Amino acid sequence: MRKLKIKKWLTLSALMLLAEVVFAASKQAVEMADELRADGKIYVVVAVVLVLVGGLIFYAFRIDKKVTSLEDRLNESDHDQ
Amino acid sequence: MAWTRKKWWKVLTAVLLLYTVVGGFLLPVPRLPILNETIRALHFHVPMWFGMIILFGISVFHAIQFLSSGKLEQDSFSTNYAKIGTLLGILGMLTGMVWAKFTWGEMWSGDPKQNASAIGLLIYFAYFVLRGAIDDENQKAKISSVYNVFAFATLIPLLFILPRLTDSLHPGNGGNPGFNAYDLDNDLRKVFYLAIIGWTLLGVWFATLKIRIDHINEKIEDKEMAHA
Repeated sequence: MRKLKIKKWLTLSALMLLAEVVFAASKQAVEMADELRADGKIYVVVAVVLVLVGGLIFYAFRIDKKVTSLEDRLNESDHDQ
Repeated sequence: MAWTRKKWWKVLTAVLLLYTVVGGFLLPVPRLPILNETIRALHFHVPMWFGMIILFGISVFHAIQFLSSGKLEQDSFSTNYAKIGTLLGILGMLTGMVWAKFTWGEMWSGDPKQNASAIGLLIYFAYFVLRGAIDDENQKAKISSVYNVFAFATLIPLLFILPRLTDSLHPGNGGNPGFNAYDLDNDLRKVFYLAIIGWTLLGVWFATLKIRIDHINEKIEDKEMAHA
């Protein structure tokens, strides 16, 4: 009786372990851009997008500066009158 | 509105967006079938809609402010936030369509949330058509402010209630709460929330630039009137 219980317990844990392994394997099986990351080529993509976004933001700062100087000019001419 | 001239929050915008690019491409993401690496679009597509809703919210706030105060300045705030909100909405739709082509199979699958967001954008297009049709500044401001309130009130059920009542391909729809453990894990959160703040701030920045240019135009027109 006791032996049977141990057997049952062992089978159950073995099955659970198997399920865990299969689950982990199926997760790893999902195709991702691991190669791109391993190559380090992903950094090229990031660098390209960073240059683009950075450039656009820089341009937005330039426009902001222009608007500020226009506002200042208008305010100064208000004081002149 | 001295804060619109301040620089610190624009620098913050830049930092958040650059972080979104680096973190969005490089930090680990959940390995999910079909989605694969496209799950990273979360940091770029979804913030467009968050930003749109927030900007439309600011817009309707100023519309109500205009209706209660009658100050045309408030109408300028309202309409410019609506403009940039619409821009973000269009970008959200285009980015969603590109992504959907490779995950759902079709650019447009007639998904309830896709259709609802298209209707929502059309409602806002009509807002601009309405404004363009009225010459008198006060009339334009009054009528379009009232319309703005109705447009925003229609958008909420269109985007947040109706798609949840039926089955939708969008995550968090078809009876599920917005974000659950399966939709958004901790890896994604590290970038996603900051991405929302960054993209929204960029929208606010653009809107305030337009507002300031409008204000400069008005001042110049006033001067010309004084000279004439």
